[in-house]
Amino acid sequence: MQHTSTQDTLVGLFVASGILGLFFLAMQVSNLSSFVNEDSYTITARFENSGGLKVKSPVSAAGVKIGRVTAISFDPKTYESVVKMSINSKYNTIPDDTTASIFTAGLLGEQYVNLDAGGSDTPLKNNGKIEITQSAIILEKALGQFLFKSAAEEKK
Amino acid sequence: MTSFLEYLGQSTRISFTKLGRASYFLVQILAGLLSLITRPRLLLKQLYSVGVLSFLIITISGLFVGMVLSLQGYYTLSDFGAEETLGVMVAASLVRELGPVVSGLLFAGRAGSALTAEIGLMKATEQLSGMEMMAVDPIRRIITPRFLAGLISMPLLAALFSAVGIIGGQMVGCGLLGVDEGAFWSQMQAGIDFRDDIINGVIKSLVFGFVSSWIALFEGYDAIPTSEGVSRATTRTVVNSAFSILGLDFILTALMFGEH
Repeated sequence: MQHTSTQDTLVGLFVASGILGLFFLAMQVSNLSSFVNEDSYTITARFENSGGLKVKSPVSAAGVKIGRVTAISFDPKTYESVVKMSINSKYNTIPDDTTASIFTAGLLGEQYVNLDAGGSDTPLKNNGKIEITQSAIILEKALGQFLFKSAAEEKK
Repeated sequence: MTSFLEYLGQSTRISFTKLGRASYFLVQILAGLLSLITRPRLLLKQLYSVGVLSFLIITISGLFVGMVLSLQGYYTLSDFGAEETLGVMVAASLVRELGPVVSGLLFAGRAGSALTAEIGLMKATEQLSGMEMMAVDPIRRIITPRFLAGLISMPLLAALFSAVGIIGGQMVGCGLLGVDEGAFWSQMQAGIDFRDDIINGVIKSLVFGFVSSWIALFEGYDAIPTSEGVSRATTRTVVNSAFSILGLDFILTALMFGEH
């Protein structure tokens, strides 16, 4: 009898440590803990070019992450990229004349949406639209423009 | 030439027959699962011999794999000045691939071979037919509890392997090589997704546990009841489990991480 009861304890310890390992993975290793209060509202912005932006890319204001991109689609009528973002409900005072631009974190880092607050008094509501947007900077395009410009200056 | 064709046809036929028997065997195991609820003690005993006894080899290997990953990753990443991403690299490779696969291989070597040898010997010493004589279904009494124990233990062992590996990687990366601890964890948390990475890793380990327990039990049950037959069955268990785990890993990875 003694033998079985130690065996039971060991099995219990084994199962508990396995579950503890899973819990550790969920809480400490993954981003699950940052999603606990998933109270958010959705806003959309239309970009001429959304570059390398992806679903789940961060949305930040003044360098602080306040939400993430939930969907990116192509509008076949206006040929624009429609980016849906979900913003944490804590930040519900973003003005409706905010500028959304796509920046790159570092030289080769991932792209994210940056919100520059405007001066309006009316805040963005759920399903609100950001009217002023600035496209992603495409490195090849910028380089091309730079080269053309310097060539044109040389001619003068 | 004719004899070669004959040999080819015969071996194909034999392997298909074996696959058929294995499938029938699996159906019998699954049919016995419900009756196990009334006898949890049988399962507990097998959880001990399959899970608890594999605990040590899994944790120690996990620790060393994590430490080596950290060392190797550091030298490559420091060439690009990206040592801070060491955490993501260690955690992603452990949670997605190495955790399920290496613990699956170790599980097949440690627990699978023991299961095959045990059941093969039971067959060789006619314990299984003895049970049948006493109207005890050996599948329900012997096989099903071992199968379920393997299925339960494998995800727990894989999670332990990854968790201990990440801690080992953190010890070497932050303690020995001087990567900033805050960056190590925060980059990891930003880079690892719960649904995409961790749940997929758990699904992988469940599949590996299912397949390697099935192979181990079937090879034991199907072994030629001699000492040579049991030894061959044990070898086949380890070889076939390793092949199936690695092959299935490729398929599962292609399915899970293909579209992103």
